[in-house]
Amino acid sequence: MTSAGHPRRGLAGVFAAVVRRDLLLALRRRSDVLTTFFFFIVVVSLFPLGIGPEIDTLRAIAPGVVWVAALLASMLALARLFADDYADGTLEQLALAPQPLLVLVLGKIVAHWLVTGVPLVLIAPLLGLQCDLPAAALQVMMLSLLLGTPVLSMIGAVGAALTLGVRGAGGLLALLVLPLYIPVLIFGAGAVSASAVGMDVGGHLSVLAAIFLIALVFAPWATAAAVRIALE
Amino acid sequence: MLQAINLECMRGQRRLFRDLSFDVADGELLWVAGANGSGKTSLLRIVCTLLRAESGEVRWDGTDIRVLGEAFLADLVYIGHAPAVKDDLTALENLGFSLAQHGLATSADEQADALGRFGLAGREDLPARSLSQGQRRRVGLARLLFGASRRLWILDEPLAALDAKAVDLVREQIGIHLERGGVVLLTSHQEIDFDGLRVRHLQLDA
Repeated sequence: MTSAGHPRRGLAGVFAAVVRRDLLLALRRRSDVLTTFFFFIVVVSLFPLGIGPEIDTLRAIAPGVVWVAALLASMLALARLFADDYADGTLEQLALAPQPLLVLVLGKIVAHWLVTGVPLVLIAPLLGLQCDLPAAALQVMMLSLLLGTPVLSMIGAVGAALTLGVRGAGGLLALLVLPLYIPVLIFGAGAVSASAVGMDVGGHLSVLAAIFLIALVFAPWATAAAVRIALE
Repeated sequence: MLQAINLECMRGQRRLFRDLSFDVADGELLWVAGANGSGKTSLLRIVCTLLRAESGEVRWDGTDIRVLGEAFLADLVYIGHAPAVKDDLTALENLGFSLAQHGLATSADEQADALGRFGLAGREDLPARSLSQGQRRRVGLARLLFGASRRLWILDEPLAALDAKAVDLVREQIGIHLERGGVVLLTSHQEIDFDGLRVRHLQLDA
């Protein structure tokens, strides 16, 4: 076992290892993933039952309902994003890896999004159809979720890292994170509503894309800083 | 070489130690002893940058470790209280990911071999949840076999929950590391026989 015998992995290799590990863990613990997914479906499906079958009402509220359900669903698995790693010592090892912590943290966020965000994007058109949204609006819904759900994961990661080791972290996390989700909700649901009434959606989606980029720059950095504080 | 200069550590309102200074030369082991709560773990966490000292600094080869940043971490193996072993992953996956995370590219054969040397032959593919406390600890310690390129080893109670055979293995690895000029910081409540090695003692008072 000589030092020369072990080539070093580059940053991309380490990033990929973090993503792979979290995906493998999600695969072994499928209940977390399935909970998020079915929660989303059930919440959206409850609205037609509660409000009644007037198709015009449903069509009007569908964008908001789908988006609010997506926000709540993406919250579900957040509390465990760092908590398990924190408890079993993996997080401190991550902080001691000779790579920038924000890149490794981004790896965990990407894995979280692949596991909780992507399924929502894929199933959303079906739920929109259930509320009689037109085909064009369904496409916009997928697109807006595709841009918006990574932002939810990134903002959520900051909250999850800030509430590490805090008693009653789950409730605090929701209070911390949900208000920050509001811009994503407004422009995400706004894009779908605009499309449903035949208006241009470029503006909404551009703002969503801008929010995505801003989050991509700041969220991993803030998360990494919060993780370091939690480890002290 | 590792130097601590006038370290002071506060936890909450309590001062654990102040004006703590020591040098550890290449090829030396520093055995940190003290009662429970005397700040052994805090000291080790300060030296590996997880914890910030209230005042004072730690130098590695003459440079402040906070300035060295990732260059210092690239020289470090830290094994803490928690073994950093995931219940849902197998022993082999746990070792593989922990090495990959630290930027070491190793083959599955090498990893299986390392686990075998730590007495886990035939158990590589069991989920860690089905391993005993001591065996999980061994999975974490198997990283030491790949630690040749890391000059500073910081081991917090590495022998807890280990049986005599595993203790011997860890001691042997520490010996090899010191002989190739590495530095080891260690806490342990167990008596370990380090005959023939350059051992220094640091007593922290509660």
